[in-house]
Amino acid sequence: MSPTLSAWIDGVGFLAPGLPDWSVAQAVLRGEFPYVAAASLLPAPAVLPPAERRRASRVVKLTLAVGLEAAAAAGADPAQLATVFTASGADGHNCHALCEQLAGDDRQISPTRFHNSVHNAPAGYWGIATGSMAPTQVLCAFDGSFGAGLLDALGQVVADQQTTLLIAYDSEYPPPLFATRPLPDVAAVALLLSPRAGEGSLARITVGPTGDTPQSLADPALEGLRLALPALRALPLLQNLARRDSGSVVLEFLAPLHLEVAVEPC
Amino acid sequence: MTPIQISAYTATTCLGRGLAATQSAIAHGIGGLAPCHFETVRLDTWIGEVPGVDDQGLPSSLKAYDCRNNRLTLMGLETDGFADQVRNTAARLGRDRVGVFLGTSTSGILQTELAYRRRDAATGALPPDFSYRGSHNSFSLTEFTRRYFGLEGMAMTVSTACSSSAKVFAAASRQLALGTIDAAVVGGVDSLCLTTLYGFASLQLTSARPCRPYDLHRDGISIAEGAAFALLERADTPDSGTILLLGAGESSDAYHMSAPHPEGLGARLAMEGALRAAALVPRDIDYINLHGTATPANDAAEGKAVAALFGAATPCSSTKGATGHTLGAAGAVEAVICALALDGRFLPGSPGTEAVDPALGLDYVQQTRAAKPRRALSNSFGFGGSNCSLIFGVAA
Repeated sequence: MSPTLSAWIDGVGFLAPGLPDWSVAQAVLRGEFPYVAAASLLPAPAVLPPAERRRASRVVKLTLAVGLEAAAAAGADPAQLATVFTASGADGHNCHALCEQLAGDDRQISPTRFHNSVHNAPAGYWGIATGSMAPTQVLCAFDGSFGAGLLDALGQVVADQQTTLLIAYDSEYPPPLFATRPLPDVAAVALLLSPRAGEGSLARITVGPTGDTPQSLADPALEGLRLALPALRALPLLQNLARRDSGSVVLEFLAPLHLEVAVEPC
Repeated sequence: MTPIQISAYTATTCLGRGLAATQSAIAHGIGGLAPCHFETVRLDTWIGEVPGVDDQGLPSSLKAYDCRNNRLTLMGLETDGFADQVRNTAARLGRDRVGVFLGTSTSGILQTELAYRRRDAATGALPPDFSYRGSHNSFSLTEFTRRYFGLEGMAMTVSTACSSSAKVFAAASRQLALGTIDAAVVGGVDSLCLTTLYGFASLQLTSARPCRPYDLHRDGISIAEGAAFALLERADTPDSGTILLLGAGESSDAYHMSAPHPEGLGARLAMEGALRAAALVPRDIDYINLHGTATPANDAAEGKAVAALFGAATPCSSTKGATGHTLGAAGAVEAVICALALDGRFLPGSPGTEAVDPALGLDYVQQTRAAKPRRALSNSFGFGGSNCSLIFGVAA
């Protein structure tokens, strides 16, 4: 990966347990306030038509919240943005309900449950909500899902010169799947990535391969979040952004390949 | 875009294992669909099942990945000498320079469905042999493939329902163009499971007969399974006759979760995007492999988009009457069929289609015929309104 994979971050969206948005997360990442554990809070998606709003699952609310936060921060029109969604799993509650019913005698599952079972359901609802007909990518790389999304989003920014909204997210499973994949709650990170510097650009990032060990966070609570939810493997990058620190961080991808991200604040 | 060469390719579907079986079935207009007797499924529908999947063992070091989807993955990789080509390429370029980009919609969900029948009576726990990471997670087939070949480069699963394994060609070609990798294993694998069989039935989208794409009386899909792969490299100086990926176009419908845009607007944007990327115009395309699922709504929407862009001048067909709808594997399966058509000089026909819907106004190829197509476009559209069109060509 020697060539330059580089982009400007024009907006950030964030939602995690105890960290309801990017402004609160920034303050905690800067050390201005201590981290206080709490369940993730999901805003109602006012942007969806009423029929879809009623059906909207936690992952749909989650991805709309962070995606729209990042677009608004940059003053960007969501309808014009290519998107890259990346997640270890999609709607765990819906998946459990389907598996439970299919294990029983009445297998006539709900059509809505079925179409919500696809990994790209949040991307589909994003298109319906924003009216965006731009390309939308939907990825998974287990614990390396953030890295996969970052690489494909940068691919679109650099190869296609297309401003691209990266939305990395995760959600919990109910029992019994929870015991096999114990993600504690929902969390998501959105980065609006542009091929050129703008007036509101926050930082330039340049990404390359490394065999170095992924970076951990000094605060044990934040480090716990980084390890608990694959999307939050991005936290070392977000900490540099929040503190406006220049320098490189190493983000976990797929051992032995990890990603070195050089951050230059604007 | 940077032309990409397809250094090797293979497909395993209900038509048979490998290119020779696939091409022979298409040449003779023989479909691989049969009445559904899969597992304990009781539905009045036809399916495309790959024989012998359950007999495919996994290497003992990779037992954690054992499930129908990864058995089918391994069957597909070890066909037509594809796996040896991957090993040779990794040896030549370096294990960290070969990426893996695979599409799936189901991954190994069948394994989870079966595990839910064996929950602990007291605690409700799943059985201890269940491996979430190895079978259920969408990355399972990609991680399995990466580990099977000992690769150390980038890897990702694309999961956009029925466009998944078309979009892997686009994602890999971006990284090849940027030089972040020098080769990519791309493809798609989806396997039969209860979720898709009962799910499409719940939407009343499955036919009680073998599916009839673009037929006046089409009434639904035939669900199928398949594994198809291609090895991509930059085509700096391709040998004459090499199959090339010339362009990819992606779009979203922004319309509905499980119904296509009625005018095929998203489909048209994807086809226009692929033409733009390839620097081609519609008359440059000699054959279109349609998404053509055989639902009334899909074929009507796609037909309108194709007619609007290409008129009635371009021969086209859906090959799902032969293979069934392999869902997340369909993009890769049909990419391989396009490569076979370009290399073998034929236009694929459409088993099952009896009376082409005249309202759709296309040059629809019902019987396989000899021809010399130079460029083929393949459409793949999925739930959530995710569209991808690919254009393939032959190096002069």
